[in-house]
Amino acid sequence: MPFAWFVALRYLREGRMQTLLILAGVSVGVGVIIFLAALIDGLQASLVRQTLGTQAHVVARRPDEAPRLLTIGNGAGQVVRVEQPAQRLRAIDQWRQAMAQIEATPGVTAVSPAVTGPAFAIRGAANRAVTLRGVDPDRFNVIVNVRAAIRAGQFLLAGSNAVIGAELARDLGVTAGDQIRLATATGPAETFTVSGIFDLDNKEINQRWVLVSLREGQTLLGLAGGVSIIEAKVARIFDADRVAARIAAATGLSVDSWMTLNRQLLVGLRSQNSSRYMIQTFVIVAVTLGIASVLVVWVVQKNREIGILRAMGTTRRQIGRIFLIQGGLLGFGGWILGSLFGALLSLVFARLARNPDGSPTFPVALTPELFLGTLVLALAVGHLSAVGPARRAAMLDPAQAIHHG
Amino acid sequence: MAEASAAVVRLEAVRKDYGEVVVTHAVDGVDFTLRAGEFTALMGPSGSGKSTLLNLIGLLDRPTAGRVLLGGVDTAGLDDAALTRRRAREIGFVFQFHHLLPAFTALENVMLPGMADRGRQDPRLRERATELLRRVGLADRLRHRSNALSGGQQQRVAIARALAMDPPLVLADEPTGNLDTGSADGVFALLREINRERGTAFLVVTHDRRMADRCDRIVELVDGRIVADSAGA
Repeated sequence: MPFAWFVALRYLREGRMQTLLILAGVSVGVGVIIFLAALIDGLQASLVRQTLGTQAHVVARRPDEAPRLLTIGNGAGQVVRVEQPAQRLRAIDQWRQAMAQIEATPGVTAVSPAVTGPAFAIRGAANRAVTLRGVDPDRFNVIVNVRAAIRAGQFLLAGSNAVIGAELARDLGVTAGDQIRLATATGPAETFTVSGIFDLDNKEINQRWVLVSLREGQTLLGLAGGVSIIEAKVARIFDADRVAARIAAATGLSVDSWMTLNRQLLVGLRSQNSSRYMIQTFVIVAVTLGIASVLVVWVVQKNREIGILRAMGTTRRQIGRIFLIQGGLLGFGGWILGSLFGALLSLVFARLARNPDGSPTFPVALTPELFLGTLVLALAVGHLSAVGPARRAAMLDPAQAIHHG
Repeated sequence: MAEASAAVVRLEAVRKDYGEVVVTHAVDGVDFTLRAGEFTALMGPSGSGKSTLLNLIGLLDRPTAGRVLLGGVDTAGLDDAALTRRRAREIGFVFQFHHLLPAFTALENVMLPGMADRGRQDPRLRERATELLRRVGLADRLRHRSNALSGGQQQRVAIARALAMDPPLVLADEPTGNLDTGSADGVFALLREINRERGTAFLVVTHDRRMADRCDRIVELVDGRIVADSAGA
């Protein structure tokens, strides 16, 4: 065994009480960091999953119509009021080409063209205002997993089949296999068979969405051969803003990402992260000071012994290394115990905090990256906190240390 | 007495000052040579500069002026790492209060200088440490911690440790000062035996005239100056 390791380990074993205390300190620190991260990451992942479960990461649509100024007379006239024109439903120009461009944009993993607009769902005397979405079922299912949310019937849009939400089905009193009529302001009312009923865990969507085939949607909304939006999924959800900007630049379309559409959620996530980082920073500072103070006390207590080691031929560098090893070992040991503590705390919390239906209130995310990250952090903190004491010990004058302790 | 031969250590006009406003000359112009195999007593009243002189010879401290030559090499030009290496290989220390490291066993204490020098454990170091402890009469105390040993035994371990690197010079600062008469005689006799067996030079600080009389040479220090040297050097 290398000399510095031999001495470092022996002194850690000798100062049992100090070693245990500082290990406990580091463990609590690591445990808190892991617990906090697991909780917040889990919570955020779940919030984002819920939000993105029913919407595309990026949506491209034709830019709004802007008012055009007419030149009055010889151009000397004055415009005193510009009226914003009413926005009608319009198709994206050359949508197949735009879709190919979006599909080719780096970061995009799936695209789905759709025609969407307001309509009425009618059954007997009951009618409800709905959002009609004409989609290609296979493409759309990659964006919003409707197939997995089907509660009755199946996700079938071919011909005059429609898939509707559970709330709407209840409002209209229909089940899979029943017929409803769909009417829009521009097109004729048509009869559809309810082939499936979905429950996307979102009351608004369950109440309003009516999914039909792209062709039927185009007919009903009067956009024959056209689509009004192109939805896309991206590989890294927090890159959605950048991907949206890239798509806008490439296609000239008006592009929104889920991040702009859910600004409040994002602000919430960011504030959560800020408080998490602040707490973690204070924990790290406390742990660093804890290890450093124990090692400094150790240097003072062992002044004479350090002097003797120096007299016996131990170099300054070796003395310094002994302390750095001790700091690293305390960090490593604290990480092992702290990981167990943090994981246990997270799991106990996840078990205790449950919704009335038994599902966990806070999903915890204990990932390998989290443990690896805290390991690097614990080793860095251990070493960093040992730098001061190591330098102090290495600079001790051996003659003074031996004679005066 | 061993044949007076090459100088193990030589001090030339060595001075050591302390303080900046009020300057104290702890060692004041000392010329001194210690030859291989010489067993020398260093005497003097408290505050006469004995410990300072020992620190300078032991490379634990640097002189304010003058030269310290170890094995013929001027140590002034050596950096701290080089000084440490030379100290490890060429000088053994025995302190009044033994100064063993209580966290380690007797055997480990004796192995430590070799481990520090090589940077790691080595089976040969263990063999040598065992042999040295046997030589000082502690073959049955290898695994004992220092606080489980008597004062005399502790000092014997310290002597074995000083010999761990087989240095040509051992500096002993009142090695018997803290022992009862019986133990003191035993320890002193052991130092003398080792000096004769191995030809190791010893510089022993002592207040005990009786012990000093059993040395080859007596050097007396007063106010940082050598006032008497039985070798006439």
